[in-house]
Amino acid sequence: MSGSSVAVMDAADVGRALTRIAHEVVERNKGTGDVVLVGIHTRGVPLAGRLAARLGEIEGRPVPAGALDVTMYRDDIGLRPPGATHATHLPFDLGGKVVVLVDDVLYTGRTIRAALDALVDFGRPRAIQLAVLVDRGHRELPLRADYVGKNVPTAADEAVRVRLAETDGADGVVIHRGAGLEPPGTAGPPARPGGGPPPARSGGPPPAARRGTRA
Amino acid sequence: MNKHLLSAADLSAADVTRVLDTAAHLAAVTDRAIKKLPTLRGRTVCNLFFEDSTRTRISFELAAKRLSADVINFSAKGSSVSKGESLKDTAITLEAMGVDAIVIRHGASGAPWRLAEWVDAVVVNAGDGTHEHPTQALLDLYTMRQRFPSFDGLRVAIVGDVLHSRVARSNVLALTTMGAEVTLVAPPTLLPARVETWGVTVSYDLDAVLPKQDVVMLLRMQLERQRAGFFPSLREYARLYGLDARRLDAMAPHAIVMHPGPMNRGVEIAADVADSIERSVIASQVSNGISVRMGLLYLLLGGPAVAGEVPR
Repeated sequence: MSGSSVAVMDAADVGRALTRIAHEVVERNKGTGDVVLVGIHTRGVPLAGRLAARLGEIEGRPVPAGALDVTMYRDDIGLRPPGATHATHLPFDLGGKVVVLVDDVLYTGRTIRAALDALVDFGRPRAIQLAVLVDRGHRELPLRADYVGKNVPTAADEAVRVRLAETDGADGVVIHRGAGLEPPGTAGPPARPGGGPPPARSGGPPPAARRGTRA
Repeated sequence: MNKHLLSAADLSAADVTRVLDTAAHLAAVTDRAIKKLPTLRGRTVCNLFFEDSTRTRISFELAAKRLSADVINFSAKGSSVSKGESLKDTAITLEAMGVDAIVIRHGASGAPWRLAEWVDAVVVNAGDGTHEHPTQALLDLYTMRQRFPSFDGLRVAIVGDVLHSRVARSNVLALTTMGAEVTLVAPPTLLPARVETWGVTVSYDLDAVLPKQDVVMLLRMQLERQRAGFFPSLREYARLYGLDARRLDAMAPHAIVMHPGPMNRGVEIAADVADSIERSVIASQVSNGISVRMGLLYLLLGGPAVAGEVPR
């Protein structure tokens, strides 16, 4: 393995960022009355669960959290091998709710676009907001996050890897620098069709969740 | 996974697990207000059916439509086939119209393999003669997995007209791949030659086999394919090999009853057994068929048109 790794958030940073985001959600929505959280597979799901717990503590009433798989809504279906699917579980009616979408890394915005399409198939929320742990820039769509844990300027050939206790054993965010680096355990799909630039992986999640360059 | 699904033997244990997992994730779409995913938008699936079918054709059609694919239904009756057009010319015609997948049912064993040689489209075998019906095996395994945690050591008896059954062949292949222990039960005249090479146990005595099984799958007596007297009478067959209430009581309490349909009630399965809410999963098999075929169509058609090729 060539290249270097720089830790940009440790476990305490991740915890503080989530606590701040929870308070911002309460402030912006004047409570949590209509708020539901929807985590995007893979790492958005545990993050949504943690945010729900913090919101419950702050407001003293439980806030429901669900899980959304956007695989079948992606815009690169047919361009790469079919990605692995996950179970979508939204144990509430979305109609009239304020949905806070939760993901680990905001990158091109394509995952969020797919998530917006998926959500409206389940109902008509009053509003959809977006919370991410890391915004690494390089947007390819006109989208922005409402709540950001940390803005991390990156180059396209860098990979942002979010680790969470639930999925990876410990919390932390690391930037991997250097070409040709494959985060451990990422048996990803083949390189970008058409021989474009090497895919900058946004982290170690399974290729289905992250699909190489897309985030 | 291979490009086509022609035989259940094409599927590794990992492939089967992937199809079943994907199907499980897609099953919830049926419970949603909008029972549709945009996944296969712009793709065209042709159901090319040279034999009669109700559930398989409708199941494939619904599966493709729930993934937003366009569906063409072709049945031999009322088409140019009745004017004498060959399978090859029909295939070339469909190819020229730009279909992405052909789901074929044909009375001749092996027809899907010939079709796959002639066209670039993905070919899915929806039943060829007395040979194979791999998607039926997949939906049967999916249904078993809903009740049992693992296929490893799962005891499955397949009872009846094995000789003419494509369902039996595909199930044996898929179940043995997954580590299940399969027993075929039939009169000697309804077992194929060289069945001992299939890696299964063979028995002529249903009552001896029944108490040990986790799953009992009845096969339809395929009278339309039987060209000789394979047994003296249907009544004798029902008495020796039909699953009635008495035999149901002899089964383990957790064991389930399956049937690929269409059923001959009173022959291979008694009506009260088929309708038993606790033991029969026959209705689940039908609804699971849609999810399994959705999962399969996604895995076969959700990638680049030709593996490794630059996308169109």
